[in-house]
Amino acid sequence: MLDVNEIKKDFPMFRKHQNMIYLDNSATTFKPDAVISALNRYYEEASVNIERGDYLLSHEVSNDYEDARLSIAKFINAKRKEEIVFTSGATDSLNMIAYGLMDQLQEGDVILLNYAEHASNILCWFDVARKKKCQIAYIELTMDGEVCLDKLKAKLDEYGSRVKIVSMAYVSNVLGFKQDITKIAAMVHEYQALLVVDGAQSVPHMKTDVQLLDIDFLAFSGHKMCGPTGIGVLYGKFDLLDRLKPLRYGGGANARFDIEGNVLLQTTPHKFEAGTPNIAGALGLAAAVRYLSDIGMDNIEEYEKELKKYMVEKLQELPNIKIYNPHTTSGIVAFNADGVFAQDAGSYLNTRNICVRSGNHCAKILHNLIGTDQTCRASLYFYNTKADIDAFVNACAELNIENCINIFF
Amino acid sequence: MSNMLKDPAILRELIMDHYKYPRNHELVDDDSYDSRHMASDSCIDDITVQSKIENGIIKDIRFDGVACTISTASTSIMSELLKGKSIDEAKKIMENYFNMMDEKPYDEELLEEAIAMMNVHRQANRIKCATIGWKAMKEMIDKE
Repeated sequence: MLDVNEIKKDFPMFRKHQNMIYLDNSATTFKPDAVISALNRYYEEASVNIERGDYLLSHEVSNDYEDARLSIAKFINAKRKEEIVFTSGATDSLNMIAYGLMDQLQEGDVILLNYAEHASNILCWFDVARKKKCQIAYIELTMDGEVCLDKLKAKLDEYGSRVKIVSMAYVSNVLGFKQDITKIAAMVHEYQALLVVDGAQSVPHMKTDVQLLDIDFLAFSGHKMCGPTGIGVLYGKFDLLDRLKPLRYGGGANARFDIEGNVLLQTTPHKFEAGTPNIAGALGLAAAVRYLSDIGMDNIEEYEKELKKYMVEKLQELPNIKIYNPHTTSGIVAFNADGVFAQDAGSYLNTRNICVRSGNHCAKILHNLIGTDQTCRASLYFYNTKADIDAFVNACAELNIENCINIFF
Repeated sequence: MSNMLKDPAILRELIMDHYKYPRNHELVDDDSYDSRHMASDSCIDDITVQSKIENGIIKDIRFDGVACTISTASTSIMSELLKGKSIDEAKKIMENYFNMMDEKPYDEELLEEAIAMMNVHRQANRIKCATIGWKAMKEMIDKE
């Protein structure tokens, strides 16, 4: 069991905002002292570039940067650290995967997505499909947002060898269903397609073992897992990553070039990291990974599961609240109050010091599944408590139009 | 202005009424109307405003869409308030409305029921809701 009251002491945000009930962790998370110190240490004590300087400090920071890569590799159990590329975040990673695979696609190829995907895992594929005259098809979901194996198989059978890529979130950002990636990967590979996984909402909340899951490409963001903003990760199985076409060229990504236009690229993963990378971000993310590992990813997942269950049970006692995903296990609750537009509810909760997100959560085609455009989303992390949930549920009990308008008077 | 419009209970009731029974809340299929789809201002409200402006007079305003209490009520109130006004009159009303949003001095007489939005700035992230329909109308008027 986590000692959350001790954990909260690690976060300056909780010291500054003692009464804030933060339930928007799917959007971003707070940063512990350990992460902030890692950033400051770089800027205050070792603020030099990597790979280039002929002086000891540059050499040391280069080593730290590569150690950060190794920490990330270990955290998701990658085979080797060369399978880890630092990016600006999950969106960047997914774009690098989609456009990087473009040359391997041909007219008529099929990319399989589903309606619960975040815009980051849809829009880049739309564009790639348009450019390469490929087809986008959608795997049917259950009401919980589950990709059923038989529905996946039906699509794979329907399009056969034309399916080249299947891309999906491990945990979707609105409904929070945790897909059975191991089985999905086995099926996708049986059809010789690639499985791209958006791990933005999964990697921060549970143990990730890319070898066990047999994921081909994985994308995730640092800031959703206690790390800094502007840093994220693209993981790829080495051979696949090595074949991916880099999108950006520049210093650090080439070994040699001449006036004829001959370019010898750096080896993987450096060829994907043109320009001075986000050194501080990488060091900060490594500190975040150490922090999370010390708490234990299994402990985090188990605790969040318990919180989610508690939140759903309490909310279900309220007659004015509809929950769209009571059965999913991750710490995301999508809900609406009767007759109250999601944003009105969000503003009311704000007046009670409760931070949630309202809207379509960048999943604009999801309404096809759940029958509503707008929901409020409360999303948990390991530093939330049952007391947070009690306060949240008490405020939800007061959600009606009159109260939502009263906040303006 | 009448003191009635300073009574919070009345203003609350006005917002509620315009939210539950929005006026001019149906789009028309008519080429003589100009139209603005406003979806980019915030990620959640998605409304379309139509207007028919002839000889410098706003003949009609209509709107529809998916929107919160404040966007719906503010646009509904705007549609009633500006209908029949000349462009110059409308511009003056709008200027005062946007001033109210920005907590600058404004002429409350001109704003009539729109005064109900006087406190929206207390929830600063909702100012965009209270101005989304008004901005659509402003774009169409500025084009004239």
